[in-house]
Amino acid sequence: MAEDHNDLFKKSQEFLQMLSQQKDFIHELLRENERLRYQVASLQNSSGDQTHLAMELEHLRRRLEQLEREKKELREAYQRVEEENKDFAQRYVEIEDQNNNLANLYVASYQLHSTLDFQEVVHIVMEIIINLIGAEVFSIMLLDEKTNELGVIAHEGYEEGMAFPAIRIAEGVIGEVAKTGEPYYINQASEDYRVDFLHPIACIPLKIKENVIGVINIHKLLVQKDAFTAVDYELFSLLAAHAATAIFSSKLYSQSERKLTTIQGFLDLLTAPASKG
Amino acid sequence: MDGLRFLVVEDSPTMRQLISFSLKRFKGCKIVEAVDGVDALKKLQTEEVDMVLTDINMPVMDGLKLVSLVRQNVKTKDLPIVIITTEGAQEDRDRGLALGANAYISKPIQSSHLLKVIGEILEKNG
Repeated sequence: MAEDHNDLFKKSQEFLQMLSQQKDFIHELLRENERLRYQVASLQNSSGDQTHLAMELEHLRRRLEQLEREKKELREAYQRVEEENKDFAQRYVEIEDQNNNLANLYVASYQLHSTLDFQEVVHIVMEIIINLIGAEVFSIMLLDEKTNELGVIAHEGYEEGMAFPAIRIAEGVIGEVAKTGEPYYINQASEDYRVDFLHPIACIPLKIKENVIGVINIHKLLVQKDAFTAVDYELFSLLAAHAATAIFSSKLYSQSERKLTTIQGFLDLLTAPASKG
Repeated sequence: MDGLRFLVVEDSPTMRQLISFSLKRFKGCKIVEAVDGVDALKKLQTEEVDMVLTDINMPVMDGLKLVSLVRQNVKTKDLPIVIITTEGAQEDRDRGLALGANAYISKPIQSSHLLKVIGEILEKNG
């Protein structure tokens, strides 16, 4: 009976020990459960942060794209303004040139018609050729209708004592210009060019409508002037017409003045004896 | 640059007119004209000017002599002078500048260049 009692006690001890072990195991399980729940919670939190970051990143990416677009637009606008600026600068230079040309043409035209004295008109034409065109060696020839030859009436810059030949219509460059009424230019003479009266670098006809009354021959430009410019061609056109009319008008005026003086002399002679008598 | 007074010394009426015409771009400017150096000195005695523009080759008294005399006169010694010349040679320009000219312009003149040179001188002189 005592043996049974001992056996029962032993078994109860073992059972208690087993229960104690189970209790420890359950505690261990509860701790593990708590740890895992914490991890799950942490992971859930972490996932939320990542979502938030991803959203923020997406927002920033869109903002960056927007800024890139704005930068591109600004760059394009800047390029457009740059182009406009260049265009304005170019226009400004062109207008300045036009102003300059108009000033030259206005002055030349004004001066040409400022007098009816033949010598003064010729002097003004020479001034225009020197000061506005920048020629150093040149001559003005007029057509003698009786002989049909061109003769020099004024010149500048040639060697002293130079003999100027009379030139027939259609003879050489000068005669051809007088015949056709078309100007002749070599924009820039070669470096070894020497003044040769029969071969000017420019020959401008002096025309009244289609009638050529003379020519201007340019043989050399001033040292500082390399070649003819756009305004020179405008001046040549102006000279071709205005200088011709100014020269022709002043010549007619001089002739009529001379005739008037002669007639006045005759009248004085005719009337003088009558008044004395 | 408004209301400037210029003395233009040129024997050529065409050039005088062209220079004066170009200078009129300065608002309200006054232009006094002289036909040679002697005439210019007379005008300088009676007229107040801010700048002289002179040709070199002129009868009676040339531009170089005028520059020299303007610089010797106490009243006009600081007057800005621009020489305008047909001479392209460097020594002629140097001579003018050595005598006291502030700048030079070669003929044929361009209005825009003339105005630029004048603007630079005025800027330098404050």
